[in-house]
Amino acid sequence: MHNPDRPFEVEVVERVEETPTIYTLHLRFTDPGIERSYRCQPGQFNMLYLYGVGEIPISIVSDPDSRGPVEHTIRSVGRVTRGMEMLRVGDRIGLRGPYGRGWPLQEAEGRDVVFVTGGLGCAPLVSLIRYVVERRERFGRIVILQGVKHSDDLIWRRQYERWQRLPDVQVLLASDVGGPNWPYSVGRVTVLFSQAAIDPDRSIVMLCGPEVMMKSSIERLLAIGVPPEVIWLSIERNMQCGIGHCGHCQLGPYFVCHDGPVFHYPALRPWLGVTGF
Amino acid sequence: MTTSPLFLPRDTLDAFLLALRDSGFERILGPMARDGAITMREIDTAADLPTGVGDRQHPGHYRLTETGHGRCFAWANGPQALKPLTFAPRETLWRCERDDDGRLAFRDAGLRHTPTAVIGVRACDLAALRIQERHFLGEPDPDPHYAARRDSLLLVAVHCSHPADTCFCASTGDGPKAESGFDIALSELDEGFVATAGTDRGQQILERLGLAPATMAQGEQADAEIEAAVRCQTRSLPGQNLKDALYARLEHPHWDDVGRRCLSCGNCTAVCPTCFCHAEQDEPVLDGGSSDHLRQWDSCFTAVHSYMGHFLVREETRLRYRQWLTHKLASWHEQYGRSGCVGCGRCIAWCPVGIDITAEVSALLGSGDAQS
Repeated sequence: MHNPDRPFEVEVVERVEETPTIYTLHLRFTDPGIERSYRCQPGQFNMLYLYGVGEIPISIVSDPDSRGPVEHTIRSVGRVTRGMEMLRVGDRIGLRGPYGRGWPLQEAEGRDVVFVTGGLGCAPLVSLIRYVVERRERFGRIVILQGVKHSDDLIWRRQYERWQRLPDVQVLLASDVGGPNWPYSVGRVTVLFSQAAIDPDRSIVMLCGPEVMMKSSIERLLAIGVPPEVIWLSIERNMQCGIGHCGHCQLGPYFVCHDGPVFHYPALRPWLGVTGF
Repeated sequence: MTTSPLFLPRDTLDAFLLALRDSGFERILGPMARDGAITMREIDTAADLPTGVGDRQHPGHYRLTETGHGRCFAWANGPQALKPLTFAPRETLWRCERDDDGRLAFRDAGLRHTPTAVIGVRACDLAALRIQERHFLGEPDPDPHYAARRDSLLLVAVHCSHPADTCFCASTGDGPKAESGFDIALSELDEGFVATAGTDRGQQILERLGLAPATMAQGEQADAEIEAAVRCQTRSLPGQNLKDALYARLEHPHWDDVGRRCLSCGNCTAVCPTCFCHAEQDEPVLDGGSSDHLRQWDSCFTAVHSYMGHFLVREETRLRYRQWLTHKLASWHEQYGRSGCVGCGRCIAWCPVGIDITAEVSALLGSGDAQS
């Protein structure tokens, strides 16, 4: 029986400093066979292992069809992520995955795609935005609503500005705290809904971020006539095994690691925003 | 399968143990009275079994007693039985070796376990084993560590004739009779045991002993003792599927009440035969060249269980108790097709403040409010 818990060795082939506390690691399997056979979907995650310290679940930001390294954008918050911050090109870590269910790419084809993200939980969604932008002809209009706490928190700002210039793409940005270099809205992401051109009959909506933000955003969406069946969201929980065994990511009847992290909103509706689940 | 009952005289117990060893089960675990409790330990002869030992259990209370008779299975379950044998409290999953150039090699931990016969397994624990097998061995990622431990075991059940005050397996449908999941099942009578086989290998072991069939009277007495064990259980859950009833009461004020009494110590999850939560952690080896990746029992009553880098999903004890109870009795149905409670009553006896799951459920549901 294969040990589903055991990682494979990967090498850091590039390291990008996104902000003082956020970095992106480009990782390549050292076993060429695994490198060739590895496949993932936007919205899935890998378990990354730092030698002698431990493992953490990190979402995948690279394009699933790129045969290049697997990319992970990481924020230094805990023991493992702070340790990983020290990694340099050539260093080796462990990786196993991908795990979980990603975004509903087939359901999204031919529809307008609305992205709502908040805070720093944007990495799982940014990979999807890139995926959709790269395959522009397969989707309708694109609406991107991004909220951050502080204007300095917006990573990949250039990328948003580039997306903004594309045809049939609406990018709306909001920051709880603005600043001299913040030409966009000030407030929560929900302030953006009044400016967003969302056709409720043609859209599919993908959300990622703090649960209160997603809950209030969904209320706005439902209010403008978006049906619950076209709403999808990515959920975060403590995950230690990634394969539904360790119990930490339980959320009502689900284990987020294999029933999610991307959920269909109707399945999650009874649990979203219930404190303690 | 269950074969027609044979009679195993009490003085052939040692021959039975020998037959188990001769069948390749080098290690035999059985109940022993140790440290003030019935615990599963390695036994050499039938003399190691807890003859004349009984127990008294109440909420927050467990004591061994003397029964004054010659039976050796006249007790209800101690704090642990099967779970630590299949789901180890702490074990290495893999080891990472790092060479001088920083290259990593990941190696599986060994999966060889000594073939072990376990005597005295109760029906509630067999039910719990089936649940944990579904959890750890289900697709798509069956756990090889659990599988190797499980495969090493031969299970000799003893139908429960002496439930404790805390037991309620009759109401969950999991006991006191072991219906399946054993290799051999025994009913203890004063003069010996009525034995049936549940598997071919169990039958082959019984055949080595050349036993006579049990008499009609012996069979009837064994059945009568099980019937009596059903009738003497005073605790119960108000239904075998409480999912809708509990989901409808997620904001019930009684969660505050139990949250004030609960110490959040995790004893209930440690003794629960179905609780499977575990933490994964690394332990660097002192030579500096390798690190072991371990898993260790964890509990949803700890703060870090729901830790997410920037906040805890369940900071308050009230929320942790609700998480445990609603998982065990509600969402378990959606995940595993049945309740996660087998009525063993351990969480009641081993709770330092005597919180009683059956009483808490009654308080939450009120009278006459349960689902089927």
